[in-house]
Amino acid sequence: MATGKETRPANTDHTLLILVWILVAFGMVMLFSASAYNGRVRFGDSAYYLKKQLFATSLGLLVMYVVSRTDYHFFVELAPAAYLLSLLLSGAVLLFGQEINGSKRWLAIGPLSFQPSEFAKVAVILFLTWQILREKRKSTGLWFMCRTMITLLPIVALVGSNNLSTAIILLGIGVILIFASSPRYLRFLAVAGVGVGFVAVFLAAESYRMERLAIWRNPEAYERGFQTIQGLYAIGSGGLFGRGLGNSLQKLGFVPEAQNDMIFSILCEELGLVGAGALILLFLLLLWRLCVIASRCRDLAGAMISAGIMAHLAIQVILNIAVVTNSIPNTGITLPFVSYGGTSVVFLLGEMGLALNVSGCDRNGFRAYNSH
Amino acid sequence: MQKIEKKNRTFHRKKIWLVFLVCALMLFGLIGRLIYLMGFRSDYYYEKAEDLHEREREIKAARGRILDAGGTVLADNTTVCTVSVIHSQIEDEETVIQVLSRELEMEEETVRARVEKVSSMERIKTNVEKSVGDVIREYGLAGVKVDEDYRRTYPYGSLASRVLGFTGSDNQGIIGLEVEYDDVLSGTPGKILTTTDARGIEIEEMGESREEPVEGDTLRVSLDVNIQMYAQQAAQKVMEEKSARSVSILMMNPQNGEIYACVNVPEFDLNDPFTLNTDVDTSSLGEEELQDLRNQMWRNPCLNDTYEPGSTFKIITMSAGLEEGVVHMEDTFYCPGYKIVEDRTIHCSNRNGHGAQTFLQAVENSCNPAFMEIGLRLGVSGFYQYFRQFGLLKKTGVDLPGEASTIMHQEENMGEVELATTAFGQSFQVTPIALATTVCALINGGRRVTPHFGVAVESGDGARVTELEYPVEEGIVSGETSRTVCSVLEKVVSEGTGKNAAIEGYSIGGKTATSQTLPRSANVYISSFLGFAPADKPQILCLCVIYDPQGTYYGGTVAAPVVRDIFENVLPYLGIEKETQEENGSSVSAKG
Repeated sequence: MATGKETRPANTDHTLLILVWILVAFGMVMLFSASAYNGRVRFGDSAYYLKKQLFATSLGLLVMYVVSRTDYHFFVELAPAAYLLSLLLSGAVLLFGQEINGSKRWLAIGPLSFQPSEFAKVAVILFLTWQILREKRKSTGLWFMCRTMITLLPIVALVGSNNLSTAIILLGIGVILIFASSPRYLRFLAVAGVGVGFVAVFLAAESYRMERLAIWRNPEAYERGFQTIQGLYAIGSGGLFGRGLGNSLQKLGFVPEAQNDMIFSILCEELGLVGAGALILLFLLLLWRLCVIASRCRDLAGAMISAGIMAHLAIQVILNIAVVTNSIPNTGITLPFVSYGGTSVVFLLGEMGLALNVSGCDRNGFRAYNSH
Repeated sequence: MQKIEKKNRTFHRKKIWLVFLVCALMLFGLIGRLIYLMGFRSDYYYEKAEDLHEREREIKAARGRILDAGGTVLADNTTVCTVSVIHSQIEDEETVIQVLSRELEMEEETVRARVEKVSSMERIKTNVEKSVGDVIREYGLAGVKVDEDYRRTYPYGSLASRVLGFTGSDNQGIIGLEVEYDDVLSGTPGKILTTTDARGIEIEEMGESREEPVEGDTLRVSLDVNIQMYAQQAAQKVMEEKSARSVSILMMNPQNGEIYACVNVPEFDLNDPFTLNTDVDTSSLGEEELQDLRNQMWRNPCLNDTYEPGSTFKIITMSAGLEEGVVHMEDTFYCPGYKIVEDRTIHCSNRNGHGAQTFLQAVENSCNPAFMEIGLRLGVSGFYQYFRQFGLLKKTGVDLPGEASTIMHQEENMGEVELATTAFGQSFQVTPIALATTVCALINGGRRVTPHFGVAVESGDGARVTELEYPVEEGIVSGETSRTVCSVLEKVVSEGTGKNAAIEGYSIGGKTATSQTLPRSANVYISSFLGFAPADKPQILCLCVIYDPQGTYYGGTVAAPVVRDIFENVLPYLGIEKETQEENGSSVSAKG
């Protein structure tokens, strides 16, 4: 593999880097605030969750650095292998997975645990990019769209069997990348229709998912609406400026697992509408930056990778906040950079590394790589 | 390598921007949702969250005291404790159960059930002596709360038990003035608000907010401890002497309706109101039967029960006749010992007949045929109209709960026989208080006053005093009729059947009565006497009703002396002077 000195991106995208740093720092502070009570009560250590997250974040920053220094075309070439690996790991987790909070989503590797579904997201972005590039025609047709979606089905099915939310994210990334790769708009509607159909089948397949719809409409009437209601209490009691950092009451066991999916509600309670709005704007800036990178990149590989990362982040942020605010039925999705979760932060930072890489390459990397 | 080269075309860029724009729109939509939740719905969710986080502990308010006319405390509070447990804070369940069941002398099973119940706070026992509460507090058991509380005490025990009433375990009034003035007496409980986490553990840094309780207002009543005590002793004495079932004495001021005494012996102990005041063996009784007996005991016969008044009611018939002008002082009546009304022969109490008598003599003799005659002269509609005008068809409005209504014939069902018997106080029923109140209006110049106990409501420190006011209805009878009635009734005491109530030096008006309860065959009598003094301007009225006396049962013989005894002591106590020596002399000679 050609990785000469001249292939290194000459310029680092400082805007993106600063945004990532701010988000990581902000997320860390919020995580500590939200998890301190649970850590103290369960493990006798307020910083229990913070420490674990700090370790994962450090690892993630290292990954980000390494990835940003490795030409992204290398990863694109590895995409089929990465996709197969993610299938393997997702299959393994069904067989040997660690059960935490009633879901088998983790693979134990020594003292660490690893969530294959997080890896699957990156694998899907790369695998789609690889497929789009391999298409011989200039622009992609209907057959390509269907074929590509079908190649995604194995991973969607494997992951979706115990983690509906990640399956939706994977499908969403697929739909957005295929949409971006095609010059047509109408055909996309058909694909979108198929996607919606899949979701509908998924919802109807098991009655507990229909129950979620009922809970969504009137959470106060159902016992299982407890989490949603507690989240709403937290959000609503935040008001304009919040109770102040660290002063959430809902994190004191009222919002279950306050450091996980519902962490945004604690943020709302502590920092108010102002803080929550600031975080959303921060995410928006990040998405904007990724969009700019995708749009500036000269080769399609970089554009697709960057667009895929943007799609991933956007879907997760929007779905998480929509769930926490009970704008859509409840499904477990973490908030990028803020929610507790080691695998998630490692791969997110890895994706940021990819984006930095693409951003650096678009100015002079493509030619340099090509010359070898 | 070359084959995976592809250019990023304009349409790719456009589409990626389109995706970004859609995402941005959705994020702005979510910001809008947040503005709705955190702006417009904030108060709603904030309150809901507060409810969830706050544990509220009530601080009981001291109940207001009840003071008699002279300021003597009739109902007071002592400090007791309420012991409760907070399930989530209990560390050693077994010890808690052992200690509480031992110290509180409760069944271990009962305590266990309450301790093990998963609730935010469970009450184990209320009204625990303060000393016991202090002992439990000293154990320092986690999760056990000892809160101070108040218990009602009645310094005079059984005095005016049915008037004062008592309170239940939550310090709420159950009968009597305690119920009627519950709002005034109960005060506003305070609160201790603490913030807790989901396990119910208080968050120390949040501190606690305290709302101090507001103690209940003091109720000042017209009841006079000395008069009440004296009347109670007199009632007790006659009940024992005559082996009567019970004796009620009602004393009030005819001018303003203030009740000075309301005695119903046997009374019951207000500090132990659930124990029966009779020696009935309760061991064989079910809880329901026992409660029925308690409810009976708690009734106030002066106003919760009705009776056939008998001859005291002749005051009403007489007043109606005088007011209507169908009878005059100079009228004469002939009594052969009976009177035939329609197809019935209705006897006089004196079967030999009183013979020819003036109106005054007829009243002095309490002659039934004379009163039947007056009743018949009034006619059904005339009589009924006065019955209504005198206020006998409505309640008196006394400030005690459960006042009974008069049980009277329907006007359209009333024939001459009913009219004749009603005229001398039979065949219908009134409460003693309704009779006394009606007579008050007839002797005070025609003003129907509202009988009452409550005089004023004062704040605990006496800074705020609200005098209570009661309705007065004017023009019940003319002043002239009222004066005539007073003078006639004065003669009843000085010359007639009421002479056992006479006291040297005082002008006392009154009327005796002897009635028989239904069924007549049971030979159960009610002896009563209604007296007032001074006869020309009555300051006090006393109605004494003796239920089921043994032996002699004539009101003039049994009840009149009780009223005399009371008046002999109470009139000087109230500052009512004896009349001048000369008049005294003449009244003595008149008696002779």
